[in-house]
Amino acid sequence: MNLHAPTTTRTAAEAALIDGFADRISDLPGDADVTVRRDEALEQLKAGLPTRRVEAWHYTDLRRLLSSVPAHKLETDAQAVAPLIDRALVLPVVNGVAANPTAIEGVSVSRLADRLIDGDLTQRLAAAGPDDTVGAINAAFVSDGYWLEIAENAELERALELQNVHSGGQVHSRFAVKAGAGSKSTIVERQTGTDDVLVSSVSHLDVGDGAEVLWIVLQEQPEAASHLAQFTASIGKDAKLTVFIMNSGGKLVRQEVRVVATGEGSEFRLRGINLLAGETHCDVTMVLDHLAPSTYSTETVRNVVTGKANGVFQGQIRVARDAQKTDAKMACNTLLLSDEGGFSAKPELEIFADDVACGHGATVTEIEADHLFYLMARGIDEKTARGLLVKAFLAEVIEELEDEAVIEALEEKLAAWFAAHG
Amino acid sequence: MLEIRNLHARIAEDGTEIIRGLNLTVNAGEVAAIMGPNGSGKSTLSYILAGREDYEVTEGDILYNGESILEMDPAERASAGIFLAFQYPMEIPGVATMEFLKTAINAQRKARGEEELKIPDLLKRVRAAADELNMDMSMLKRPLNVGFSGGEKKRAEILQMKLLEPKLCVLDETDSGLDIDALKIVAEGVNSLRSPDRAVVVITHYQRLLDYIVPDKVHVLYRGQVIKSGDKELALELEKNGYAGIIGEAA
Repeated sequence: MNLHAPTTTRTAAEAALIDGFADRISDLPGDADVTVRRDEALEQLKAGLPTRRVEAWHYTDLRRLLSSVPAHKLETDAQAVAPLIDRALVLPVVNGVAANPTAIEGVSVSRLADRLIDGDLTQRLAAAGPDDTVGAINAAFVSDGYWLEIAENAELERALELQNVHSGGQVHSRFAVKAGAGSKSTIVERQTGTDDVLVSSVSHLDVGDGAEVLWIVLQEQPEAASHLAQFTASIGKDAKLTVFIMNSGGKLVRQEVRVVATGEGSEFRLRGINLLAGETHCDVTMVLDHLAPSTYSTETVRNVVTGKANGVFQGQIRVARDAQKTDAKMACNTLLLSDEGGFSAKPELEIFADDVACGHGATVTEIEADHLFYLMARGIDEKTARGLLVKAFLAEVIEELEDEAVIEALEEKLAAWFAAHG
Repeated sequence: MLEIRNLHARIAEDGTEIIRGLNLTVNAGEVAAIMGPNGSGKSTLSYILAGREDYEVTEGDILYNGESILEMDPAERASAGIFLAFQYPMEIPGVATMEFLKTAINAQRKARGEEELKIPDLLKRVRAAADELNMDMSMLKRPLNVGFSGGEKKRAEILQMKLLEPKLCVLDETDSGLDIDALKIVAEGVNSLRSPDRAVVVITHYQRLLDYIVPDKVHVLYRGQVIKSGDKELALELEKNGYAGIIGEAA
């Protein structure tokens, strides 16, 4: 089936992906079943990259925006970076190659490449649908990553940081984490590097019954990067998942979040901060399914747009017929600091249950002139005053995270971004 | 210290002229009261002194220590020593009061080439000033002015004024919304700042505040002009007879 526009001629990016596959396939890990999945994924890509005519890509015309794809690089001088949170245990993937895992108490760690060989991940390589281009690119080319299993009732004292670092070229990584029932953990997914790059990164998380996970995605790609990422999760009974996403780099960014609240009484929080500068196009697209009764979710996304940047938030909440007593609230607020920038927000609710409380709201505002005048009238220069007000707009989302070390680390990241772009 | 010469100013958005040829001189060491009926341009004058962009000066000049401030932005004016205590202080969610105080104090010190204050020293000064104004330090843990009562906001303005130690203090209707006890505390705060090298401009509708902050000069503002100047007796006369007589005299 071809949902996409008929592709009479391939774009440079499409050609680079399809032609590159023949060169890469012999070096990619996986058994025969995995190879079948990779071939299927390639077939999906041959149908062409999605355009704005595909609903899920309406605000991010990938075919047009992904103007080129750099060649895969064999040599690399990339290195793991210092973790976001002090004392975190770093699991690095450098230019698509994971390190051999070290032992971590309460966690079993293996390389994803090994899991591809013994077949554990085969099911998950299948694309979620014809519009799952991020999943398809990753399935075709994924080279490595990590597979983690957090033991039941383990409370990880130190955060785990999954790093996907590169020095340009192409990087296709995948992380799979199974948080055992009753476990507690903080996981950072770090996306960074140098130079022109195409990154595809897919993460899977299973939150077991009664478990609690804080998952932080910190995307700070270089200016020329194309970053295609997908986070998928299922949340068990009475389990809690908080996903915090900070996008602060890249030229073309698509971050998908696909979450299924499968367990009764489960809680999901999505908190996002998108810091958009230059000519960045950054799209956060969430699909959340409330499948079980008495599930609770809140989504708060705050965006700051400068320069000629363009942002997108699509948030779709679907409440199944059985998911009575669902409580879901979604908000997307944008501070537009430039006349040339823009932001599109598309909230969607699909509700099949009759006893639910769901709401959404989106705002786009500028800095309040009154507030700016007040701060300046106390001697604070305009640049600093604007910085304080923008930080105030974003701080609320960060401060909700409660963990002081995490809040401090993220506020430092904010300050660094404003020092560079403010 | 402050010399306003034939000032004309209008609202930038719609061009309405508010200040129409205003002349005023305030000397160092002086407390000057500016009184006038509603709509006479009192608050506008205070905003223009602080540099609010909503108003456009079309003619005349404002000299501060002999130099024009018209080209200076609000932050530059503040660092030069001009302070406006707002009639309606802004609530700013997300900006912690302490962080705001630290940023403002150190921005001004930096602009004047002074060394930045370290946290312990800053806290000591804030605590001392808050004590004098009968303010609870726990208030300062809240976001700036958020959830403060009207009286608390006014006290917070005077607290900022004491900490920033300006040379020209402009108080815009600081008495409005204050009960008599709060009024006394605020007036004491202002009086403690009186000094030979500092000037205070008290903008008020009523005589009441002037019982506690006794002015050296009183100026009556009407339709954007100073129509009469005198000493503190003028304020008492206004209290007794209202503005009508003076307005009639000037017309």
